[in-house]
Amino acid sequence: MLKDITLGQYFPGDTVVHRLDPRTKLLMVILYIVALFLCKGFVSYGVALAFLITAVVLSKIRPKALFKGLKPLLIIIIFTAVLNLFYTDGTVLVKFWIFKITREGIYNAFFLVLRIMLLVMGTFLLTYTTSPIALTDGLESLLSPLKKLHFPVHELAMMMSIALRFIPTLIEETDKIISAQKARGADFETGNIFRRAKALIPILVPLFVSAFRRADELATAMECRCYHGGKGRTKLKQLRYRRRDVFSLLLGVAVLAGIIVLRRFGL
Amino acid sequence: MSEAVKISDLRFSYPSQTEEAPLRIFDGLNLTIEEGAFVAVLGHNGCGKSTLAKHLNAILLPEGGSVSVFGMDTKDEALLLEIRRTVGMVFQNPDNQMVANVVEEDVAFAPENLGVPSEEIRRRVDDALKAVGMYDYRKHAPHLLSGGQKQRIAIAGVIAMQPRCIVLDEPTAMLDPHGREEVIRTVERLNKEKGITVVLITHHMTEAIRADRVIVMDQGKVLLDGTPKQVFTQVERLKAVGLSVPATTQLLYELNKAGCNLPPDALSTEECAQALYAMLKA
Repeated sequence: MLKDITLGQYFPGDTVVHRLDPRTKLLMVILYIVALFLCKGFVSYGVALAFLITAVVLSKIRPKALFKGLKPLLIIIIFTAVLNLFYTDGTVLVKFWIFKITREGIYNAFFLVLRIMLLVMGTFLLTYTTSPIALTDGLESLLSPLKKLHFPVHELAMMMSIALRFIPTLIEETDKIISAQKARGADFETGNIFRRAKALIPILVPLFVSAFRRADELATAMECRCYHGGKGRTKLKQLRYRRRDVFSLLLGVAVLAGIIVLRRFGL
Repeated sequence: MSEAVKISDLRFSYPSQTEEAPLRIFDGLNLTIEEGAFVAVLGHNGCGKSTLAKHLNAILLPEGGSVSVFGMDTKDEALLLEIRRTVGMVFQNPDNQMVANVVEEDVAFAPENLGVPSEEIRRRVDDALKAVGMYDYRKHAPHLLSGGQKQRIAIAGVIAMQPRCIVLDEPTAMLDPHGREEVIRTVERLNKEKGITVVLITHHMTEAIRADRVIVMDQGKVLLDGTPKQVFTQVERLKAVGLSVPATTQLLYELNKAGCNLPPDALSTEECAQALYAMLKA
């Protein structure tokens, strides 16, 4: 039942988008997010949308998968839309009881929903097309200037990749513990929220104990395989900027610049 | 042949949790293992098998006496990485020794730590995966593999360091019979073809039979030491320390006790069947 969790899901593929350096993709997503927040009118949102559609088409990711990622956010999206719809001052179009809908409200709601959707779909495209390892490698490489300030960049990246590695293992373990507790008559499905929360304790305690034991064993195993921190470490897959990375980054910067210009004209 | 492992007068104890006397594991253990040997270490729980294994690559350091592997003293901190590279270790639970979520990345972990150049890592990873017969799975996620396959990946992860000795601490304890066979066959092949010294710590007599030399430990001491035939024919002594004997030996032992005259050292199923056949025919 817990197996359906899609966290950092990755769809392997061999398209231009998949082959881009993870650092390029991370930077492009940052540029894209900044651009989205600077969007003001239909034209600039149109540019951002066109950018996203191009990337999706090139990545051959099914748009359905992207929309699926939006589902958990549906409540937030509706909530923001409704709030903006009713609580924006301006030219009143409709009014009933204490509610009023303004022209600005409609605009605001529409753009905000569009912004959230574009934001989420853009970041999902990143995790869909980049393997978690590539992502942590990219992050490590991008943050490496911080090493000079004694920021533990390598340790952070290692922690992230180990955490990702153990998600399926711990999910499997949780399933097992739940079955074991059910077999002994534990009841997780009835009662009010407090009762159910309390029922989680017999799951969490063994899970934590086992996680600590695993961590201990993993640390020994890593030591046995000569792990001694990030110093002098090499990589199986070296990250390398290629021409397509330069082009993509230039495109990203161009989109951002374009949107800044459009913003000046209020478009 | 030179010595892979030389343990002399090893003393070691774990600090006790109840603040009483520390838990003494070894009190003057002596042991040498020749290079290229396939040694099985037997003994029931708490006899010091795992503690012994951890001494072989400087995860634990002796309190007294010395442990040296391929001429390197494990107490020498300058040699630490070289010792761990030379003596690879595989543990019981395959899930808890995998670092990455792609098979080839996991195998690459050790050479990455050693600072091996990328192209060389690629070559080593491919070679190691081929050596354990898991090359076709290099892009898979480890958690989707079977126990035996995972353990073979763990062995590949050690092979990628190009060690001269591999210590396996009950590598088959969590596997089904099929997975056990996979792992043991892999280990046997590495020993025969690559000449890697193997120290296999195990509970399974059927696995110990396949070694060149069997060491039975009891209370931190070597109780029996010899070829599988020499060791397993001493049925009473093995039973006295709570160990079972292979089913074949057990059968021959009982039959001999009942008055038959069978060779007690027919260990493999075929040998045993042959002996029984010869007796029944006569």
